[in-house]
Amino acid sequence: MKEQHKNTKAKKYGMVIDLDKCTGCGACMAACMAENNVPFKKDESNKLDSITWMRVYSLTNGKKFPEADICYIPRPCMHCEAHNGHAPCVSVCPATATDYNRNTGIVSQIYTRCFGCRYCMAACPYHARYFNWWDPVWPDGMEKYLSPNVSPRMRGVVEKCSFCFHRHQLAMNKAYVEGRRELEEDEYQTSCTQACPAGAIIFGDLNNPGHAVSQIAKPDHKHGGRPMNPHAFRLLERLGTNPKVYYLSSREWVRRAGDNYIKDEGKQGNH
Amino acid sequence: MKVCRRSFLSLIIGGAAGTALSPLPLKLMDDSSIWTQMWPWTPVPEDGEVSHVGSICTLCPGGCGITVRKVNDRAIKIEGMKGHPVNDGGICVLGLSGLQLLYGPTRVKTPLKRAGARGEGKWEKISWDKAIAEIVKKLGELREKDKSHKVACISGTDRGTVSQLLGRFLTVYGSPNFIRVPSIQDSYELTMHKMQGVQASVGFDFENADFVLSFGSGLIDGWGSPVRMIKANSKWKERGKVVQIESRLSNTAAKADKWVAINPGTEAALALAIANVIIQKSLYNTDFVKNYSSGFEEFKEMVLNEFNPDDVSQITGVSASTIESLAKSFAGSSKPLAVCGQGRGETPGSLNEFMAVYALNALVGNIDKKGGVWTVPDPDYIKWPEVEMDRTASNGMHKARIDGAGSKRYPDTRYLLDRLPNAINSGEEYPVEALFVAGANPVYTIPDSKAVKEAFNKVPFVVSFSSYMDETAANSDLILPNHVFLERYEDVPTPVGLQKPIISLSKPVVKPQFNTKHLGDVILLIAKSFGGMIAKAFPWDSYEVCLKQTLGNKWDKLINDVFWTDSNFKPAVWGGSFNTPSRKFKFVNKSKAEPIKIEGDKQTYPLILMPYNSMRLASGFIGDPPFVIKTVEDTVLKGKEILVEVNPKSARGFREGDQAILSTPKGSVKVRVHHFNGIMPGLVALPRGLGHTAYDEYLADKGVNFNELIGPVEDPVSGLNAAWGIRAKLTRA
Repeated sequence: MKEQHKNTKAKKYGMVIDLDKCTGCGACMAACMAENNVPFKKDESNKLDSITWMRVYSLTNGKKFPEADICYIPRPCMHCEAHNGHAPCVSVCPATATDYNRNTGIVSQIYTRCFGCRYCMAACPYHARYFNWWDPVWPDGMEKYLSPNVSPRMRGVVEKCSFCFHRHQLAMNKAYVEGRRELEEDEYQTSCTQACPAGAIIFGDLNNPGHAVSQIAKPDHKHGGRPMNPHAFRLLERLGTNPKVYYLSSREWVRRAGDNYIKDEGKQGNH
Repeated sequence: MKVCRRSFLSLIIGGAAGTALSPLPLKLMDDSSIWTQMWPWTPVPEDGEVSHVGSICTLCPGGCGITVRKVNDRAIKIEGMKGHPVNDGGICVLGLSGLQLLYGPTRVKTPLKRAGARGEGKWEKISWDKAIAEIVKKLGELREKDKSHKVACISGTDRGTVSQLLGRFLTVYGSPNFIRVPSIQDSYELTMHKMQGVQASVGFDFENADFVLSFGSGLIDGWGSPVRMIKANSKWKERGKVVQIESRLSNTAAKADKWVAINPGTEAALALAIANVIIQKSLYNTDFVKNYSSGFEEFKEMVLNEFNPDDVSQITGVSASTIESLAKSFAGSSKPLAVCGQGRGETPGSLNEFMAVYALNALVGNIDKKGGVWTVPDPDYIKWPEVEMDRTASNGMHKARIDGAGSKRYPDTRYLLDRLPNAINSGEEYPVEALFVAGANPVYTIPDSKAVKEAFNKVPFVVSFSSYMDETAANSDLILPNHVFLERYEDVPTPVGLQKPIISLSKPVVKPQFNTKHLGDVILLIAKSFGGMIAKAFPWDSYEVCLKQTLGNKWDKLINDVFWTDSNFKPAVWGGSFNTPSRKFKFVNKSKAEPIKIEGDKQTYPLILMPYNSMRLASGFIGDPPFVIKTVEDTVLKGKEILVEVNPKSARGFREGDQAILSTPKGSVKVRVHHFNGIMPGLVALPRGLGHTAYDEYLADKGVNFNELIGPVEDPVSGLNAAWGIRAKLTRA
């Protein structure tokens, strides 16, 4: 899939998450688990082996009472484009189990190709990838709710957020049947976007100036997709991973927390 | 051929080198990765025809519309319903996990009768006929002995046909003891009764308010209808301000435009100090106060004498200048709105505080105005013929209620469930001979778990209608499992706090998975077995017939659209909505009321323990399903241990993660300490929703139930539970 599709313009699906609106309610996490057949164990309090494609982290400003502040930050897979599609995980995968799709900008994960070396997990700076240490077990009868659109994974493979790629496939199938090659903005939305009660998550094509994501984040495609909206930022911008998930916050301490700054380093952006 | 050492070694080494150079190792590695992955126990979900069914989620009182995606006859996913007036497409973490309840291991699959000791977990499966016969036999015996009033029923709600059928049965049977589970709804109803003279629900026009002053309400932590509140919060981000008054940095406080840290339990004083500034600076709505209210002069005098900002700042810890600026911005906004009700609103709270906060709304004249507080009439679509009672029934109905509601002491309060355990244990009224529980889990949710268990053990016959093996079901004698919400019809009237009357219809998404029965049908069957007046009060063949007749011409619309809104509804006009003797709004706070005193003495218990709510911890009658408990952070729950929040300043040598014993006058539990700068020094906070003993192994035995550590404190006016915390101490484990 190195070539672009001949008849259509390449998409770059991305997300904007408004941290001012995010209440940390956790709906996106459950929406993701329910949509993608994510398994669960009896104890999920060890977050290192708790599979959460979408995980809501909590940030604090480090100040004392009553100046203390918290902010929640949902973290899906960032679907890094890096330079020319060389996402950190893609370049290290020896099995081509993860790939950068140039038509959609989505980083895929093919479970049956993955043999569990976990190089990608080491390479991912966002901890967005999870390893199946055990076979998934659903309590008797609970397999009934499993969705046929996403294959349940097995022990020994890595999994991660796919931007609900099966929804893209379903929407494309429908469009093709109707003789279209292009999707409307609302035809392809991720499960977390759809569920978020705060409307904090927006999803769409960053290449399409008509889509809300590109209007809000204003990605500067000439400079590695950096946001031109002063309230927007991306996680670990300085690594040059060129992620497709943008965050919005009106609070400066939150924006600064998006990157690893040394304590007395200057303002954001001068690197 | 002679085999010497040299040739032997050559063969081995050569063979090894040859194998290593061949594709065999790679092939074996590939095969082993395939073979370790392709076990037959990895399920392959069956594909099929996709369909969508609209319904209503009733896992909490929020009443959100849902759309369930199905593949053949399997429900695959629950999503929020676009266009529903409550949630418009949004959905919460619990609603999303509803299918884990439907198909999960916590379901009670058939009627069960206790076989061992109470709570031992030994059950005998019985048939529906036998289960109903047992109930009829017991109730018949009690009725014959003129003990019908000794039957009590605890219900999660008193609205909608199912709870009305329960209440109707109790009436014709002859018991006044229908008890609704307590919440801030009780306090708000009572506030409206006293200040407006009406029996109505309170509705908040949050979507249009531009300045929300919240006295500790967890507006985005599950208060009211949770999804609606989170949506409203996003609107306020665009246009509107929120000020959160709370002693802990809750999510609501963190998201608010301004967080005012207050000494806990002093909210009423702060509200009245704000009223003081508003009155003193003549910032109130003169039209409303002059023409549509009574008692203002006395209220004014009391507020001016007793609640000047300087004195109140001593009590509340909020500076006089902050009080003044809050008052100015509140009264200066075009659509201000003041709300109260701690956390998620599961504890009713102090009536004095509710009336003080309500008075703020009256002062700025936002009663029944856009962006204000609305009087929402109770739904009136349930128009059944009056019941005819026989002698036994009317004798029973004339007896005093066991919980003391409506008594001389608490004449205006309708239900007082929190008083029930004590009433049973002390035996002050009369013993309860039979207890029915529907849509509620009192053994888990009522404060003072020890007393609750003791009271339950004193009741000789406990029946649970729960669909799940919750704590109450586990401690009952008979379980008659209801269908879960995805398997049954049920009308859902206006959810709490919504400003417009709506009716929604929860309908079956899948066929009943187990041998369960609709509670409505069970009530009809029990009533019919009695015959006489009791059977006569229930002229319907089945619950479905009853519901269809009750909803009348709304039925078709509800089946198609799932909800019905009253398009003619407009908020009442001032004067029209007040039903007090003077037909005016009444300022009732006339004398300085004493603040609610919490249990425990300061010497033994230097800290104050308070609960907090989180959207990720269901604390009502439903416990967290696996997906939801998975979202709980490791600063709240680690393994089976719960973490309590303490300010590093008052941690007294306890480091992050240290084990400790948390004790209150009600009990002691093992906890771990979590340092949190967002909590006021001197406080300890424990989340509600953990410490379940029943349900499945994904939830049971994790953490501590807050109710084990606190008991109810009676509000002097209403008798409702007004405990906002309890004194506590942390000691080395």
